[in-house]
Amino acid sequence: MKSMSDEKRFRLIVTIILTLFSIVALFPMILLVVASFTDENELITHGYQILPRKLSLEAYSYMVKQASTIIRAYLVTIGTTIAGTALSIFLTSSIAYPMARKNFKYRNALSFFVYFTMLFNGGLVPQYIMWTTFFHIKNTYFALVIPNLLMTAFNIFLVRNYYSNSLPEALFEAAQLDGASEFGIYTKVVFPLSKPVIATVGLFVALAYWNSWTNALYYVTDPKYFGIQNLLMRIMKNIEYLRTGAAEMSAEGQAVTLPGNSIRMALAFVGILPIVIIYPMLQKYFIKGVVVGAVKG
Amino acid sequence: MVIYMTKKRNKKFNKNTLSLFLIALPGCLYLLINNYIPIMGIFVAFKNYSYAKGIWDSPWCGFSNFKFLFITNDAWTITRNTLLYNLAFIVLGTIMSVFLAILLHELGEQLRGKFFQSTLLFPHLLSWVVTAYLVYALLGSSNGFVNNTLLGKDNAIDWYSAKAYWPVILVLVYLWKNAGYTAIVYMAGIAGIDKEIFEAAQIDGAGKVKQIFSITLPMLRPTVIIMTLMSIGRIFYSDFGLFYQVPMNSGALFQVTQTIDTYVYRGLMEQGNIAMSSAAGVYQSMVGFVLVVLANFIVKKKDPENALF
Repeated sequence: MKSMSDEKRFRLIVTIILTLFSIVALFPMILLVVASFTDENELITHGYQILPRKLSLEAYSYMVKQASTIIRAYLVTIGTTIAGTALSIFLTSSIAYPMARKNFKYRNALSFFVYFTMLFNGGLVPQYIMWTTFFHIKNTYFALVIPNLLMTAFNIFLVRNYYSNSLPEALFEAAQLDGASEFGIYTKVVFPLSKPVIATVGLFVALAYWNSWTNALYYVTDPKYFGIQNLLMRIMKNIEYLRTGAAEMSAEGQAVTLPGNSIRMALAFVGILPIVIIYPMLQKYFIKGVVVGAVKG
Repeated sequence: MVIYMTKKRNKKFNKNTLSLFLIALPGCLYLLINNYIPIMGIFVAFKNYSYAKGIWDSPWCGFSNFKFLFITNDAWTITRNTLLYNLAFIVLGTIMSVFLAILLHELGEQLRGKFFQSTLLFPHLLSWVVTAYLVYALLGSSNGFVNNTLLGKDNAIDWYSAKAYWPVILVLVYLWKNAGYTAIVYMAGIAGIDKEIFEAAQIDGAGKVKQIFSITLPMLRPTVIIMTLMSIGRIFYSDFGLFYQVPMNSGALFQVTQTIDTYVYRGLMEQGNIAMSSAAGVYQSMVGFVLVVLANFIVKKKDPENALF
């Protein structure tokens, strides 16, 4: 009896501590969301707060008026995320498959070829010179999708391990006896069977593309190629960038001042909105992905 | 007949090998371009590079780029910052993650346990750009939460130019963003411990705290050692987003926020100083390589299962 109550008390303490940590984890996020709904004058006098005295939708109505820049950035991000994730899944799984086949003569050489990219890299300077002077990707959509993010050795090994652990050699032999070619086995047998690992890797790759800003930072100067993250970077520096075309004028002919403080936060909120919406539904898979990834590294 | 058979088998074998090779080819080409060509390109650091002349025609200059880099204080500053921040991240990150993992494990499969896992992992899913916004909402000098609500306008601190605070701020931001992620990794390690050990301890009258210190922590030790070794292997690399985005590119803070990665970027893109930038990049690649190989060698000795290769 006594040990039961001890256990309960222990659990209660654990719950209290974790609640405090969770509040710390979410607090900045809540502050940002509340700030985006706060009246601009209130922000100027009292700063960002959790319980503002006056709320306002001004920031969002302004964003709707200036929607074209934001929609464009959103489309760029969605496009790069879809293209990048699809390509990444294709490349990652297709290089991982031969690495997992025991009868492939060069599997060790191939594994080392992939592994070495984890040990050594040339760094930003040669990479930058190569992409800009040989491939001329500066200010193209390729710049957002191709460099760095497409394929990591870490993901390749994750998929390879899945192939070699959960797909028995007998499966390949049976398919071969049925006269299937290696291409056939890969596309019709292996790829469909690898949905769980593909989904896990795809989820994290998609998140990486949604959150990516370095490629545009290195390789893009033309704002037309800015995704949502780079738009956010730009707006942190200069809120006026949101004005499209001629600045609108008030009745007195003065340029209207932007509710800059709340707009910044509103835009950041819009930028993470998809994650906020998707996360509660897929949190199980995110957590599983973290655990699976942990097996190696 | 026999000869014919082996020939046929050989042919079939080769055909399979060829097919598998072709399947791997697109991925190989990508790695070749994205990873291997830049490795070969590190010779740029030994040239006096100019965009006008290109990499082939720029004149060689031996080690002079490195000489210039190491004459300046920059080399010392960026090495110190990179190493000390990583050290702080490893020590404090491990302590906090293991602590959180033990707490999360206590609640196990319960609904609130799952809820806490999700909330603690959430910061990890945000980009560094958004994280910089969140930090700005807290620390912005005129309208930040800290200056207005916690300190009051009279005691306000101009955070983005007060470099003394930044080592603490950056460590806190790092922990905020990553501790939940690593905690889940460690939690998986704890979940792998045989439940009977805990049950036996309970029967022997060991309380929860005692169980943590004499079962959970010792059993988790190998995982902690492996994870720490892996981090030590990466100690010469820093998270570019953390050090570039969060301090908002504030020059007043460079002395405590500049790491090798931000230095290479700023040299290349903002100052056009390719000589220093490429030298620092090669310095990072070389030392980083030695450390990763060394760390992995030790991991392999301790626990072959978890070695990278």
